[in-house]
This record gives sequence, structure tokens and C-alpha cells, in this order.
Amino acid sequence: MYNSTVAWISFRALFGRKRALLFVIPALVLIVLALALKGAHGTLSDWPALILGRVGVGAVVPLTALLVGTSVLGSEIDDNSVLHLLATPVPRRDVIVSKIAVAALTTTLFAAVPVLAAGLIAQGPHALAFGCFLGAVLGSIVYSCLFVLISAAMRHPVIYALAYVALWEALIGNLVGGAKYLSIEQWSLGVAHTISGNASLNAHLTITPSLVLSIIAVVLMVGYASERLSAFTVRAD
Amino acid sequence: MTALESATAERGAPADTAVVRFDHVTHWYGNVVAVNDISLELGPGVTGLLGPNGAGKSTILHLLSGFLSPSRGSVTIDGVGPWRHPDVFRTVGLVPERDSVYAFLTAREFVTASAKLHKLPDPKAAAERALRLVEMTDAADRQIHTYSKGMRQRAKVAAALVHDPKVLLLDEPFNGMDPRQRMHMMDLLRGLGANGRTILFSSHILEEVEKLADTVQVVVAGRLAASGDYRTIRRLMTNRPHVFLLRSTDDRALAGVLIGRDAVQGVELTKNGLEVHASDHGTFTRELAKVSRAAGIGLREVVPSDESLESVFAYLVGS
Repeated sequence: MYNSTVAWISFRALFGRKRALLFVIPALVLIVLALALKGAHGTLSDWPALILGRVGVGAVVPLTALLVGTSVLGSEIDDNSVLHLLATPVPRRDVIVSKIAVAALTTTLFAAVPVLAAGLIAQGPHALAFGCFLGAVLGSIVYSCLFVLISAAMRHPVIYALAYVALWEALIGNLVGGAKYLSIEQWSLGVAHTISGNASLNAHLTITPSLVLSIIAVVLMVGYASERLSAFTVRAD
Repeated sequence: MTALESATAERGAPADTAVVRFDHVTHWYGNVVAVNDISLELGPGVTGLLGPNGAGKSTILHLLSGFLSPSRGSVTIDGVGPWRHPDVFRTVGLVPERDSVYAFLTAREFVTASAKLHKLPDPKAAAERALRLVEMTDAADRQIHTYSKGMRQRAKVAAALVHDPKVLLLDEPFNGMDPRQRMHMMDLLRGLGANGRTILFSSHILEEVEKLADTVQVVVAGRLAASGDYRTIRRLMTNRPHVFLLRSTDDRALAGVLIGRDAVQGVELTKNGLEVHASDHGTFTRELAKVSRAAGIGLREVVPSDESLESVFAYLVGS
């Protein structure tokens, strides 16, 4: 299912564009914020849970995943270079799985690892840092699936990806009770909360439903994205 | 007998050896009909897909490579419909028209990656063979974004040839190539055709098709206007009536002289000069200067008014 040549081309494409410089900005903001709060408040108060949960898992992970996930396939579809990849007998599911793997790994590197670093800055080696890191890794994988799916299925994927993050996760997810079951942020926080036991993370789910729902979502999104890529059509000029 | 029928009548019947088949294929983009009820069969050799820009050539190639599905009718390559069958690329190579390519790779990396994606047993050797075929070995370690358009085209052709496909589809392959590169590419494609490969390339330039193709498929406004042997179609094109716009020192007198010539079908005086319908292009252009000089009339302007490829094709469709 994983094709190393597709992944290699995707990595080269991802880091061969200037857009790659944007990947570090959300992480930098998180680290600078952690350093500033540490200087101002030390380890007192519950600021570590707030910035790791709200800023790290709630903003840095989805934004980085959005930038990476829409670049990894969407940019190639936009400029039609994807034709060179698709004019080969490689099964479309392998293309999708390889693209998601690249996006998830890159997001983990530029978002989940900085969450761990911010956690270590805040409290040193502590369950909160590791819990939020693992939650961020889960978020990196599931968000990557979603944004690669959106890239395969829709034109202008960035707009739809932003709409998901801004409207569904930030607005509806916090206002509508049942929406927590369909919120990647809540699945990530569910993992972080169970591991760290920190109530300030504002998690509405525990680890088991978070993992089960994540696995179901990943399987469905990989399947549908593969289906959409199989039906890829060249746009009329 | 229409132009289409007369051309098709002289065509060799490729039915037994046909690799590529279009059976009453229609494709719509929304409300726009891009390809309209086209049926054709292609066998080994080089076929030119000729037509003006926007005629539907790229749509035909995309239907063949499975990047569009027919709205009606069926497309097959070796009996398999390419839509949703990426396995068809084991026997098909595609050179897309658009210049989009992985410009951050070197040509060697690009072609080797293509060989790996085809799961060839020795990707490096296959890539070197393909790069040699397109004469890109020397520049192969430069990143593609540093190439001229012609070099990018050759890199794309090398990637499409790396698995030695039975069918090669090329969309405007000579775009951006200099005359030497063009000649080399034509030799390469001619050789592949002679070796039993089925080559289909699109072009809007008559001379390219004339030099390379054994047979042509002429597409105009999404319809197959003519199909078959190139020489037959060329004769139909050159024997058509031609319209010239003339301005002279005495248009009325020139009209009187010209209407008596066999090569002239009709003459019309307009406010901008004289519109002449010539039945024989060669004879008319040879006689015009001689006749007007003999009548003491000076020619100020001679403009062929319907020399565009579109008008040639329109004639083929209308005849």
C-alpha cells in the first residue's frame, strides 16, 4: 500500500516549494509563547494545559496539517504535475496512502514535536507533555487523512480545509454537544487527557472512543480519497 | 462523396491490427460538446491527430489515457477501457501537453522515478536507455526547472518511454523544440512506429503531421472531419477553392480580366477592393502577376483571406 517512490517525490515537492517555510511559523509561535509564559508565571497556574491543549493540539496541529496536507496532493493537482504520477500503473490507493504518510510525518515533525518541546519547556518531563504529544500525533495522522481527502475530492481544497478547522472544530465543535464525536481536536484531547489526567485540557472524550473513532475515520477517508483519485479527470482549459 | 468519405475510402483497413478503438465516443464538459460521436481505429505506426486549437485533440488523448470518461460510446486500448484502469499504463505511455513537471528533480531522477513507478526490474538501466533515446544524457543531472521548453518536452518523452510502451500518446510534443530537436524527435517516433508501436500525436501544425504521420485523423469542432492517408487529405486541402483579396490601380478592369481565366471561379467588387474565388490555387497565383501586367494594371495588395487552418478544416467538414 505504501509506495516509497511516490513518498520520495512528495517529500521533494513539499520541501522544494517556498510554502514549506510556512510550516515552522505555528510551531515557532507555540515555542515562543511557552518560553514567555514560563518566564512570567514559572510552573504555577494551569497555563501549560491551556497552551498545550488550546494552542498546541487545538491550533498548531490543524493549521500545520492544513498547510502540509493540502500541499502534498492539492498543489500537484492544481498544476497538473500529478499526471506524471497517475500515468503509471501504481494503484490509486497506494498514491493516497503514501501522500498521507508523508503529510502525517511532516505534520508530526512540525507540530507534534513542537507540542512536546513546549510541554518540556513548561513543566519538564511530565505526563502532560507526553499526553499532549501523543494526542498531537493522533491529530497529525487524522487531519492529514482529511486534508488529503479534501485535496483529492475538491477544487480549492484550502478553502474547505479552513472551513472545517474554523467552523466545525472551533465553532460547532464547542457549541453543539454531539459534535465532539466528530471532532479530530476532541479525539486528540481525549488521548492527551487520559494519559495526563489533566482536567484543564477541556477534553470531552476518553481515549477509547477517541481511538475507535479515529481508526474508523482513517479507514473511511483513505477509502474515499482513493476512490476519488481513481476518478481523477483532467480539467478543461 | 464527402471529404471524409473519400479520404476514408483510400485508407487501409486497420481493423485486424487495431490497438486503439473509439466507438461512437462523445464527451461533454457541462453543456459543451468537446468530442462528438467519433469512431476511429488505430494500429501500429504513427498517426497524427490534426486540428485547430480547441478542436478536441487533447480531450481525445485524455479519453485514451483514462483521465476522462466518455459521456457516450466506448474507448478501448488492447480491449481494455482505460477509465479507472491504471493498469492500462503498463502498455501506454503519455506525454501531456502542459509544461507542468516535477521541476525540482533532475531529468535522471524524474525518469528513474518513472521507471520505479512502473516497477521495472532495473530502473536505472531503463532510465539511461530512455535518456539516450531522447539525447538527454549530458544534461540529465540538471534540475528540470533550468531546462528550455524543448528539453522539458524531451524529459517528459523519456519518462513516457521508460517502460517501452506498446502505445505512445503525445499531446503537442514538438512545442518549444528547436528544428534539430524536432527532427530528432520525429526520427525517434518514426522509428518506434516502424518497430510496431502505435504512436498517436496531436498537432495543429500541418507541416509537422505531413513530415511524420503515416495516417491522420483531422478533428474540427469535436468531430472527425477526415481520416486516413495523409496525401489524400492534403490533396483535398490544396484543391479547395481559395479566396484572395486584391487591391490594384484599377480594380474594375482587373475584375474583367480575371473573370476570363479558368483558374478563377468568381470575382466580386467590394469597397475594399476585389474578392477573387480561385478554383486552382497554384495556377491563379502563377498567372495573377502576368495577367495584370499584360493589362497594364498595377497590383497594390494580394492577401489570401482563408489560409488559416480553421478555414481549411471548415472546408473539409463542409464539402
